[in-house]
Amino acid sequence: MPNVDVVQWIAFVVLSLLVLGGGLMVVADQNLFHGALWLLVCLFGVAGLFVMLSAPFLAAVQVLVYMGAIVILIIFAIMLTQKMMGQREALNDRWPVGLVMAAMAFLLTSFVLVLASNSPLLAGATGNVTGDTILKLGNSLVDTGQYALPFELASLLLTAAMIGAIVIAREEA
Amino acid sequence: MVPLIAYLIVAAGLFSLGMYAVLARRNAIAILMGVELMLNAVNINLVAFWRFSQPVTEAANGLKVGMAGQAFAAFVFVVAAAEVAVGLALVISMYRNRRTVIAEDIDSLKF
Repeated sequence: MPNVDVVQWIAFVVLSLLVLGGGLMVVADQNLFHGALWLLVCLFGVAGLFVMLSAPFLAAVQVLVYMGAIVILIIFAIMLTQKMMGQREALNDRWPVGLVMAAMAFLLTSFVLVLASNSPLLAGATGNVTGDTILKLGNSLVDTGQYALPFELASLLLTAAMIGAIVIAREEA
Repeated sequence: MVPLIAYLIVAAGLFSLGMYAVLARRNAIAILMGVELMLNAVNINLVAFWRFSQPVTEAANGLKVGMAGQAFAAFVFVVAAAEVAVGLALVISMYRNRRTVIAEDIDSLKF
């Protein structure tokens, strides 16, 4: 019987490699279509992390909405604008500045996190999540005392975005 | 159990990768993909903080369990979907009118 902790660490390391490796290839691959496929790998790793964090509903939504819809939309856009691909360099003239800023952001954040790793804020509770989190999430989204209004606003935002996207992308007759 | 800080560092790495894509790539669709990476990093952080504070909230509130972290992450999904739909519509419209998807060439508002 293997130790539960060891199994969790192995799963975490594998998923983190999927997330960070996929993300790195999204950024580094000059071919935009390959980049979109690497984005799928990265998003799958994030879905796995959601499962490890006891958020199964979000993992399912990640696979359905992100991998199933958003990446397909991105691939459509890449194919519709394909003539421009490969004609010019993928990076702009100021890419070293961007590289330094991104590296600084990561190093500073990790530095602060490691410095604060002993603080009670980061210790957190290690107990198990009890009960049906999907049921609780669903109830809280339609509970007028909690997130019913933001939920309705989210549907309004989606409608507005859909109409806006149709109007913007429509060919003028 | 994997500690909170491990999730936060992975999310920081993913956010920085997305930030580099936004700052350095030329293609507008590549920039949008960078924004997606950043939103996913934020989602990992939200759910991780929820997971590590949830048992405490539960003990404090009796049966009423806060789902704030997961609810926020769900709203981030909604905003990301809306952002991609409108962003890609803009890219396609720009491609139709100017024959380019390079962010630097879209400069007709520049003085």
